[in-house]
Amino acid sequence: MNQNKASNAKGKILIVDDSEMNRAILSDMLSDEFDIVEVENGLEASAVLHNHEQEFSLVLLDIVMPVMDGFEFLAVMNEKGWIKSIPVVMISAETVPSYVDRAYDLGVLDYISRPFDERVVRRRVMSTIMLSSKQKELSYMVADQMLEKEKNSQLMVEILSNIVEFRNGESGLHVLHIRILTEMLLKRLLEKTDKYGISRSDISMICNASALHDIGKIAVPSEILNKPGRLTKEEFEIMKTHAAEGGDMLKSIPLRQDEPLIKVAYQICRWHHERYDGRGYPDGLKGEEIPIAAQVVALADVYDALTSKRVYKDAYSHEKAVSMILGGECGTFNPFLMECLNDVSDQLKEEFLSNSQDHSGEREIVTTVEQMLDKGDFGISGRTLKLLEQERTKYKFYADMSHEIQFEYTVTPEILILSEWGAQYLNMPETIYNPREDAFGTEVFNKEDFDKLLTRLRHTSPKNPNVEMDFVLTINGRNQWSKIQARSMWTDDEKAQYTGAIGKIVDIHKEREKMEQLTVMADHDPLTGLLNHRAAKRYISSVLDSDSEKKYILLFFDLDHFKQANDTYGHQFGDEVLRCVSDKIRQSTRGSDIAARMGGDEFLIFMGYRDSIEPQVRRIFDNITCDYREFPIRLSMGVANAKECNGDYETLFKMADQALYAVKRAGRNSYRIYDSLLPPLTEDEQ
Amino acid sequence: MTVNECYEAMGGDYEDVMRRLRTDERVKKFLLKVLDDKSFQLLTDSMAARNMDEAFRAAHTLKGICQNLSLNRLYHSSNELAEHLRNNREYFQELETMVAQVKEDYDVTIASITSLKES
Repeated sequence: MNQNKASNAKGKILIVDDSEMNRAILSDMLSDEFDIVEVENGLEASAVLHNHEQEFSLVLLDIVMPVMDGFEFLAVMNEKGWIKSIPVVMISAETVPSYVDRAYDLGVLDYISRPFDERVVRRRVMSTIMLSSKQKELSYMVADQMLEKEKNSQLMVEILSNIVEFRNGESGLHVLHIRILTEMLLKRLLEKTDKYGISRSDISMICNASALHDIGKIAVPSEILNKPGRLTKEEFEIMKTHAAEGGDMLKSIPLRQDEPLIKVAYQICRWHHERYDGRGYPDGLKGEEIPIAAQVVALADVYDALTSKRVYKDAYSHEKAVSMILGGECGTFNPFLMECLNDVSDQLKEEFLSNSQDHSGEREIVTTVEQMLDKGDFGISGRTLKLLEQERTKYKFYADMSHEIQFEYTVTPEILILSEWGAQYLNMPETIYNPREDAFGTEVFNKEDFDKLLTRLRHTSPKNPNVEMDFVLTINGRNQWSKIQARSMWTDDEKAQYTGAIGKIVDIHKEREKMEQLTVMADHDPLTGLLNHRAAKRYISSVLDSDSEKKYILLFFDLDHFKQANDTYGHQFGDEVLRCVSDKIRQSTRGSDIAARMGGDEFLIFMGYRDSIEPQVRRIFDNITCDYREFPIRLSMGVANAKECNGDYETLFKMADQALYAVKRAGRNSYRIYDSLLPPLTEDEQ
Repeated sequence: MTVNECYEAMGGDYEDVMRRLRTDERVKKFLLKVLDDKSFQLLTDSMAARNMDEAFRAAHTLKGICQNLSLNRLYHSSNELAEHLRNNREYFQELETMVAQVKEDYDVTIASITSLKES
């Protein structure tokens, strides 16, 4: 990849062409106005865009190229969504219509045919970049204006409804509460069913309209509206007219009757005092005849009335209000809506406790933005890109600090990208194409290990994406135990697709060596370095299990009068004697034999034999029998043949033990091979 | 030797290249690059190895270079070969005639550019 660096203010162009000459000509024509990055094929281009998508203003793309051609690269750009943010201009001598059509279908914006003409190239490049950046700018502007407009219309609605409340002597909180509750109920409703035909984007509109539910009260005389104490029957009849009045007001707005907001607001104003059992006003609608928006606002209105202090009543607690509504004490509601209320009850309580006006403003805008993202009509804003860039810088800093090999793996095209530090450490390029075929997947990793890792990752799920595996890697020619910690990556869609993985390689060689040392230590007697009894038993048992011929003998012996050596010359001396014996044992046995110190002055040897047992036993007995300084080392040794033990270690050991005690009874300093005529051990000896 | 004379010697279209690339220096700069270009070598190697996909790409690249620099004579023969290979990636005897023509034109082109370089 060649990169001609110049000032940052210049736009950046990626030239993808296998012909060096073509790249050079294009670069020559464009380099005074743009920074140029050149690559030779689609695969290299994918790697560049993978890390630097936002930096490029344009891609100039050839069609016929080795490794990955222009069409394949366009497919990748579509799959990754890059085609939406970076305009692509084809450069090719191919003027076959099918080629051109296919390129346009894949999202190419323009076409420059060879031979290149400087003026044509510059003009096309400029105008394509200008067009696409204009388009981006416009979509940001539209997004910003939408937000602005949304804020304004919400503000107007709020002002209007606050006028009503002001006249009503209530705080502005009522409108706010209705809005929050309406939103919660609708969201929950939408989760449970789609039978009412409302969509997520309708929610904010209905919430806006909910603020207007009481505008009809403007037509109610203020003596009645603000009368302390209960209303008379006549006064109440006048009060009740506010529903129909509100509806009429909205109906009389000229020219805007088709606006969804007006329609919904009409439903809410006119019918928010209807009851599910048909006993409400003004029209006595029943059940699902009442539009759902009105049903929801009615429920919200009742809840807020219950939990607010009024001239004629105190505020009820949240729990009391909910139980009164669910218990049917405040009119009848759609059972389905009551379920929703019950579902959001906890959330509702928290919301009202913590709610402040500002907070609610934010939340409304968040909802709006969520909806816009849902629709996916808008590109990412410039601010988001800046944040992304910051994240990238942070990430790079941490990656450099951590001194771990970090990697990013993508499936199509198959590329592995190493962190800067990791690449330096491994002495490899940062971008590795076809890692399975590369030294990375065949030399650093053992080929089977690498396949194993990739297979494991592919078989994870979005819910359980983590994989941890230990392998021996070859790093700079040295074998090194390493731990791979990785996480598979998936698309956001409903049917998540596996797209690759991220992870790190941690050097665990020292830990592993320590583990192995500990294992060795656990198996060995620290004084003599021979195996301990437990380990010897394990090894011998496994030989007995796996070898059917069983031409082995077990020699078990202790030192005669060893206690005297300890008592006379001290423990230090005793230890020296034991070490001398273990040296002799090592000299008399081969690596395949098993030799152990059982504890105290008892030793054990397990070894194979060819024809006869006796000469071998005698040789070992004589070798070990010697004098260590003043102390004569003499043995009492019992020997047993593995053929007679049925493959059972305990039996074999017992036979050798029995033979050993026969030697002791006969006056020590000798050996004896077990036979079935030997007397069993006495109770003492056991 | 001037660039114009060089074009005459190798059967190129000087006016056309000047119209597109604008200056003598630039044209000369890219002409000299042709001397280092490996496409022709790749073409003959691929033909010998019967790797027809590679041969196509090489002929295609060579043709592209000619087109960029208005080397009409070499363009003509390399284009004919490339078009043949595009539609038919099989080796057959007649291809050798076409390759021989490309070689003849290539040699003339290289000789002319070399004289330009040395003048």
